[in-house]
Amino acid sequence: MSEDSNIKSAPISFNDEQVMLLDTAMSFCREKSSVARVRDLLLSDSGYDAGIWQEIVALGWTGIAIPEEFGGSELGVNALVPIAETMGRFLLTTPFISTTLASQMILQGASEEQKTRWLPGICEGLIASIAITEDEGSWDLEDIRCKAIAHEDVLHLSGSKTFVFDARKADIFVVSVMYEGMPALVVLEKDQLNENALRREVIIDETRRSFRLTLDGVQVKTRNMLPAGNTISTLAHLNMLANLLLSAELAGGTAAVLNVVIEYLTTRKQFDRLIGSYQSLKHPTVEILLGLESMRSLVYHAATVWDEQQREVAVRMAKAQACEAAIFAGDRAVQFHGGFGFTYECDAQLYLRRALCSQLLFGDAAHHRKHLAPLLLS
Amino acid sequence: MQENRASLEAFKAEVVAWFEANIPEQPGFLLPESFMEVGTDQQFEFLRTWQRKVYEAGYLGMSWPEAYGGGGYPQAYQDIVTSEMARQNAPFMMNTIGLNWAGPLILHMGSEDAKNRYIKGILNADDIWCQGFSEPDHGSDLGKVQTKAVLDGNEYRVNGSKIWTSLGSYAKYMILLARTNPDTESKYAGLSFFLSPMHVPGIETRPIRKLTGEYGFTQTFFNDARIPTSCIMGNEGEGWQVAMTTLMFERGAAGGQAGGISMIDLRVDDVVELAREAKRDGAPAIEDYYVREQLVRFLIEEKANQLSRVRARIPALVSERPSAIAMSGKLRTSEFRRRLCQLAIGLQGANGARFIGDSQSADAGKWPRSYLNAFSATIGGGTSQIQANIIGERVLGLPK
Ligand SMILES: Cc1cc2nc3c(=O)[nH]c(=O)nc-3n(C[C@H](O)[C@H](O)[C@H](O)COP(=O)(O)OP(=O)(O)OC[C@H]3O[C@@H](n4cnc5c(N)ncnc54)[C@H](O)[C@@H]3O)c2cc1C
Repeated sequence: MSEDSNIKSAPISFNDEQVMLLDTAMSFCREKSSVARVRDLLLSDSGYDAGIWQEIVALGWTGIAIPEEFGGSELGVNALVPIAETMGRFLLTTPFISTTLASQMILQGASEEQKTRWLPGICEGLIASIAITEDEGSWDLEDIRCKAIAHEDVLHLSGSKTFVFDARKADIFVVSVMYEGMPALVVLEKDQLNENALRREVIIDETRRSFRLTLDGVQVKTRNMLPAGNTISTLAHLNMLANLLLSAELAGGTAAVLNVVIEYLTTRKQFDRLIGSYQSLKHPTVEILLGLESMRSLVYHAATVWDEQQREVAVRMAKAQACEAAIFAGDRAVQFHGGFGFTYECDAQLYLRRALCSQLLFGDAAHHRKHLAPLLLS
Repeated sequence: MQENRASLEAFKAEVVAWFEANIPEQPGFLLPESFMEVGTDQQFEFLRTWQRKVYEAGYLGMSWPEAYGGGGYPQAYQDIVTSEMARQNAPFMMNTIGLNWAGPLILHMGSEDAKNRYIKGILNADDIWCQGFSEPDHGSDLGKVQTKAVLDGNEYRVNGSKIWTSLGSYAKYMILLARTNPDTESKYAGLSFFLSPMHVPGIETRPIRKLTGEYGFTQTFFNDARIPTSCIMGNEGEGWQVAMTTLMFERGAAGGQAGGISMIDLRVDDVVELAREAKRDGAPAIEDYYVREQLVRFLIEEKANQLSRVRARIPALVSERPSAIAMSGKLRTSEFRRRLCQLAIGLQGANGARFIGDSQSADAGKWPRSYLNAFSATIGGGTSQIQANIIGERVLGLPK
């Protein structure tokens, strides 16, 4: 197999800042997010620890990919990947991903005035979320039924959004609607929502908090609509970023569940032998490792070429690989724990259920392969 | 740094041009696909001449010390050449066992005399090397080998048989694992490692026919063959450790190889091309949903393998298990190749059944032949199952 011999731009680069971030994220998440702590939060209403969120804001991570002029540290999307990966590894849930997706949409698609209005607040800890998916659960982000109709300088919204993560705590929302027959993006603020606009959804991943958001009757000034010409590119940008960050989280989760498996295979005995000595367990565990190694390579490559033309291919490859390998890992982890694997108490389910959820957000492996085919084969 | 990069780029341009100008035309006979399949004198001479030419141009052993015939350059230079050979589909460097495992072993632990004696001949293909590890009764369980070497004055007297000896018919030297002490408590402790001459009385090779019908490896018989004591590597009884070091080089888990490709490169793009030509249900195979899905899967896997090699060099991104990528390289790439060839056969409809020699077979029967030959790397050098055991035990710490 030949190596990519393009010397000019390495297909994976990882600069000193990223090394430091990965280090910091590892020690931070390890300290704040033990599995016991994760399990406590499963039962909580918000699903996360507000104190930890404050610390994340203080670390500057909500502004890490936002330009300095809007209050961020301008390290780029590249810098988000080690953080998302590590959060995935320790199942540390906070509104970080939702907020980041929303802020990057604003950065990509908003006017200068709008960016100045919202981005500095986000850097300082405002929570944001995105309201994109609808009842059909389509992965086509331009497949929108919700509507906005303008009367003078006020937009009247209607319809419902689903899978709005962290909505209960969110201060602002980036919402996709149809406006004059075209997709459009509107930023809503918390106090513009109606009472009872949010309803909690029960999803397979209990570490996340998902909501249905009813827009009927919501009114918002037209100045909260992002410039029309940016909508399609902003949705495409969101699609890529969400898949990149989900892939990074999945890579982290797979690394963690691999260790859960190894721990059991090296301590549990049956027939007077450690079960890890059985090849029908050992070899699939090696396969988990190989799947993980591939996924991390693809994820860090996608981060590296984020600003280049190969972005879409790289991100879709990463997500396709991440979904399959993460689910394989979680699935085998359950099986390899025997009866204990079938219990709520066994940690394998945490990773499997999260992987099942993540694959279904913004496209599963088959979806991405389908979209890769014309990019790679024509 | 900047200057270094500039000179690497200039070097690359030079290499591209040299290979473009010097890669030989396909000869009028079928070339083998890897060093494990060199089956005729014609093939052998063609490949030996090519390796010699590459060496003489300065493109082989570039990172080996100049004193022994190497180039004395940083590894990055050889890496550029090796990638370019693959990219331009150059014939492979046939003396692989010398270049990529015996050679690095000799440079790693051999005497000054051994380095002076062997290295240059490995590079210029004057001296072909083979490997005498496997025996008819002991393959995966290599520690059990029974070929005996008994000290007799300043010689060892060797008796027994090795098998699956790639390049056995052409080799001047063999890296030989033999039992010098049959009575040790541990099976490993009785083994010793030799840089054995092949052209001595009492050593005979007999070609073995491969599953494709071609030739490539031999059985090697030792009948009171006498080899000098000076050709032992390490001390008597240390053969197992030396063999394990050799296998690290062989499987690419340790660096230091002379470089160059040792099998022809198969790329998913070649199968994509085939899918454009081949018909399935009356339409180009590439329009078939199933074929597209499979091709994309392979492209992802190929890309991931390429990227992992790059990531392996970034310490912060492999800190949890630094050796995982290198240790799994052979398993990943050999199994990948085997499955890719299967796909290529399968997408041609009934025509996939045509074999080499049939005038209507796609790419002159390359794919079914490549598929059958792909087992050379999933079996040779330690089977995939054994690789999985090793990765499970050494990389993941799972129990034996
Ligand atoms: C093309 C080719 C070239 C070769 N060239 C050389 C050469 O130059 N020099 C040389 O010395 N040898 C060479 N070999 C030999 C090769 O190294 C051995 O064939 C290989 O190590 C397997 O040994 P075996 O053939 O005895 O099979 P066995 O060890 O008998 O294995 C039979 C099957 O059992 C499986 N198996 C065995 N043990 C285990 C285990 N513990 N766990 C799970 N599965 C197991 C194997 O994976 C295999 O599928 C070559 C082989 C091939 C195919």
